[in-house]
Amino acid sequence: MSTPATPLWEVFIRSRSGLAHRHVGSVHAADATLAMQAARDVYTRRGEGLSVWIVPSNAIIASDPADKEMMFEPTASKIYRHPTFYEVPDEVGHM
Amino acid sequence: MYSQGLNQSDPSSAHTSPEAARFQARIDAEDKIEPNDWMPEAYRRTLIRQISQHAHSEIVGMLPEGNWITRAPSLRRKAALLAKVQDEGGHGLYLYAAAETLGASREELVDQLLAGKAKYSSIFNYPTLTWADIGAIGWLVDGAAIMNQIPLCRCSFGPYARAMIRVCKEESFHQRQGYEIMLTLCRGTPAQKAMAQDALDRWWWPCLMMFGPPDSASQHSDTSMQWKIKRFTNDGLRQKFIDATVPQGLHLGLAFPDPDMRQNAATGHWEHGAIDWDEFKRVVAGGGFCAAERLEARRKAHDAGAWVRDAAAAHAAKRAARQAANPRIAA
Repeated sequence: MSTPATPLWEVFIRSRSGLAHRHVGSVHAADATLAMQAARDVYTRRGEGLSVWIVPSNAIIASDPADKEMMFEPTASKIYRHPTFYEVPDEVGHM
Repeated sequence: MYSQGLNQSDPSSAHTSPEAARFQARIDAEDKIEPNDWMPEAYRRTLIRQISQHAHSEIVGMLPEGNWITRAPSLRRKAALLAKVQDEGGHGLYLYAAAETLGASREELVDQLLAGKAKYSSIFNYPTLTWADIGAIGWLVDGAAIMNQIPLCRCSFGPYARAMIRVCKEESFHQRQGYEIMLTLCRGTPAQKAMAQDALDRWWWPCLMMFGPPDSASQHSDTSMQWKIKRFTNDGLRQKFIDATVPQGLHLGLAFPDPDMRQNAATGHWEHGAIDWDEFKRVVAGGGFCAAERLEARRKAHDAGAWVRDAAAAHAAKRAARQAANPRIAA
């Protein structure tokens, strides 16, 4: 009954002009053409998008959750990267 | 449409390790768990089972309604029913994809369904005898499903919660088209109204059973609640459904098939009579009227589609080989 695993693709949709493509889910398909058709049928039944990207799931390189602290912690102490770190007198007004 | 897997979480979980404590603290803080995060094995197993059963329910749920697509009474109804059944297929696919993020493969999950090893919602083992059943399914079965699914949009597992948000957005049309079918029948001839009443009589009790056993008999809710997979008790959701649905039925001019049903003047809640839990157990265990037929239909569809999957795989392999042999030719 089993069939060999069909490749997995990640689907990204641009919902309207001016917005970035956003990850919406995934589909299984034998090749890129079929993946595009499946993505269209599964994720755009109600005008959800103007453009679709599909990417083979195994092409995505993800950061390791175990490295979360090493990756992202250092920015927590660098509050001088935010505009609110700097003092501007009220009289100067909005800057 | 709905997941009865909510009632079967895995109780064999050890909450003793430091990771488990950190995990529970994240859940308590309403943080979402993502696929690559550490999670207890029991949480993973519970979710794979629940999400895949939910997916199977969507896929099997296409069958009772698919039965009426060619016999819909007008083009308007036919287009709506086609779109609804297509949605159920889509919901199944969102949910399989969410289960796969936990390490299960699609093929494995589908094989479990076809082998009769996986459960799906008992409601789909009831037959759709008349057109009014399509109205009753949309109004009641999808109405009950929405009650169950809205809290799942806040489930602690990110991919499941995100899939449920999409599902819930689409589910509202299902319930409204079903109610409109009932309304049209109830405003029609006496025979049409009788058909609507008959459908309500047959679907009401099975719909109440969709929420699962009473809280007094459900053993596994605690772990699921603690993990925030489940947020309301079976009885709590059942009561919400009844309170929302009874006024809608009265507006149709229909009678609910429960002589003991009455509104509690003090609480405002509609109280129901005794539910036949023996029937529920029988249907969940595969004794439903259509259980064999449903699985047979899925197996037939799977087998009949085998040549398409084989051809697509062969074509993809051929093009990949051609491109590997000569990278300058576009595959």
